[in-house]
Amino acid sequence: MASKVIHALYNDDDVLMDAVKKVRAEHYHIEEVFCPFPVHGLDKAMGLPHTRLAITAFMYGCVGLTVAITMMNYIMIEDWPQNIGGKPSFSYIENMPAFVPIMFELTVFFAAHLMVITFYMRSRLWPFKEAENPDVRTTDDHFLMEVDAGHHDVNALTSLLSDTGAVEVKVIEKEEDNH
Amino acid sequence: MYKLSNRLRLFSIILMVVGLVGLVLGFAQRPSSIEEVKEMMASHDSHGGGHGETATQDHGEGHGEDAHGGDAHYEHVLHQLQNKPWAALYVAAFFFFMIALGVLAFYAIQFAAQAGWSPVLFRVMEAITAYLVPGGIILFVILALSGFHVNHLFVWADPEVVAHDKLIQGKSGWLNGTGFIIRAAIFLGGWLLYRHFAVKFSRKQDEDSEGNRWYKKSFKISAGFLVFFIYTESMMSWDWIMSFDPHWFSTLFGWYVFASLFVSGITTIALMTIYLKSKGYLEFVNDSHIHDLAKFMFGISIFWTYLWFSQFMLIWYSNIPEEVTYFITRIEDYKLPFFGMLVMNFIFPLLVLMNSDFKRVNWFVVMAGIVILCGHYIDVFNMVMPATVGESWFIGISEISAVLLFLGLFLFVVFRALTKAPLLAKGNPYLEESKHFHY
Repeated sequence: MASKVIHALYNDDDVLMDAVKKVRAEHYHIEEVFCPFPVHGLDKAMGLPHTRLAITAFMYGCVGLTVAITMMNYIMIEDWPQNIGGKPSFSYIENMPAFVPIMFELTVFFAAHLMVITFYMRSRLWPFKEAENPDVRTTDDHFLMEVDAGHHDVNALTSLLSDTGAVEVKVIEKEEDNH
Repeated sequence: MYKLSNRLRLFSIILMVVGLVGLVLGFAQRPSSIEEVKEMMASHDSHGGGHGETATQDHGEGHGEDAHGGDAHYEHVLHQLQNKPWAALYVAAFFFFMIALGVLAFYAIQFAAQAGWSPVLFRVMEAITAYLVPGGIILFVILALSGFHVNHLFVWADPEVVAHDKLIQGKSGWLNGTGFIIRAAIFLGGWLLYRHFAVKFSRKQDEDSEGNRWYKKSFKISAGFLVFFIYTESMMSWDWIMSFDPHWFSTLFGWYVFASLFVSGITTIALMTIYLKSKGYLEFVNDSHIHDLAKFMFGISIFWTYLWFSQFMLIWYSNIPEEVTYFITRIEDYKLPFFGMLVMNFIFPLLVLMNSDFKRVNWFVVMAGIVILCGHYIDVFNMVMPATVGESWFIGISEISAVLLFLGLFLFVVFRALTKAPLLAKGNPYLEESKHFHY
């Protein structure tokens, strides 16, 4: 099904922020905003929910800690408790200080790497992935707001967007929704 | 302007009086002879049952009679018990002094780093550092008394001990009463001097902010102070803490003490700020300032743990007898405080202050702050007590009274200092940024 979206281009992040607020106040649906750099407060203005990446990182860290403890407990205490330089290997707790550096590093390792991979998967980033930006200028010095025009009066929406200081407003027919 | 409420004044005075009475009681209860020690221990025995003391005493008796024969053990216990109120006084005096010192270092860092978030908190920090003056004088008096062996806190101050101790003799070039006092005077003098001028320049900047003349001076002396501070703080930790165990040494001890005093200082700033804001005195302080302080509490708590563990693990791992005794006495006789403080100073703040939203919830920060402060009191306790009272420790009347006494004095001095100047450092060039600080 063909759907209509409107691309409004801006060349200043302050103007963009105001435009986002105005469009939201008129209850139009903003599909996407493309920026060349992070704009502070844009997520808040668009009403995006908070990221939960930090929570996943904490859980991954717990996994890493568990891996480190079970691994060393099995190797050093249960499987072959050798006397290495007089270090006590009768129980995990007795020899724990020697394991702490590894426990720490594995916690950080798991938390960091798994969180990054989660980020890639959630934001659909991988090598050979086809770039999605609708206008090449958005990676350089332009900001683009994509507004859903499906059931609205296109002319009214276009004039609203022009009023917000857009340098360019285009109506795009999308053949296929890639969502 | 802040007005000291009568209730707070009365509260702090009551704390001081109660603490003083308790402390006098603690000093009065000290046994003065071996007979009294025997009597005390016997009565403990007859009350009997399950008390930790019974175990130590049984063990002690057998040991004492076999090895030294007769009264040697009781004499040992007598010395420990006579030290107890002194050590309690010392721990509390040092603890509250180190809070003020930590705040002073934090204050200087804010200036030297030209921090844009903290100028709204400068007057709170200046007020806390006001405690340096009375606290420093009291600490100096206690140090002077101990350095010249009025009490038995520092073994190296006892000429009789030194005469039989080759190791201390070798260190007596550094560890002697005169040098000890001169160094203490230099450290305290330098810190107080910086504090005096920093506050003076900050007030002058309020009146005359033209060209930021006074601000630039503050910046310069802060940078200079930080250089002076890191040397003197390190030496202070050898003198005032590490020399309780004159046979032991550790190279990162200065940093370890620094982390402890720094995190206590920052926590106190956060607690004071939250209190004053709740009373409506700091309307220009917002959530983000509290959030930043809580981040510092969190980060420096972990830094403290890092140093604690580095010191512990290196010594535990290599297990060299002359170093490891330090931790063996602590683990054997102080198991609960020694590992308990690790929970209070590391695990608790780690879990409570990790969440970004919790760092903005005042009661969360207050709760974490109180636990951190108690934890660092126990940290100082662990550093001082094993060498002064050994296994005869307990947190009793003298310890609690000493804390109450200095807490009362601290509150009284700090809140009175708050009344001396407006709570907003008007002339600071970073003030507008700080007022609109948002994270």
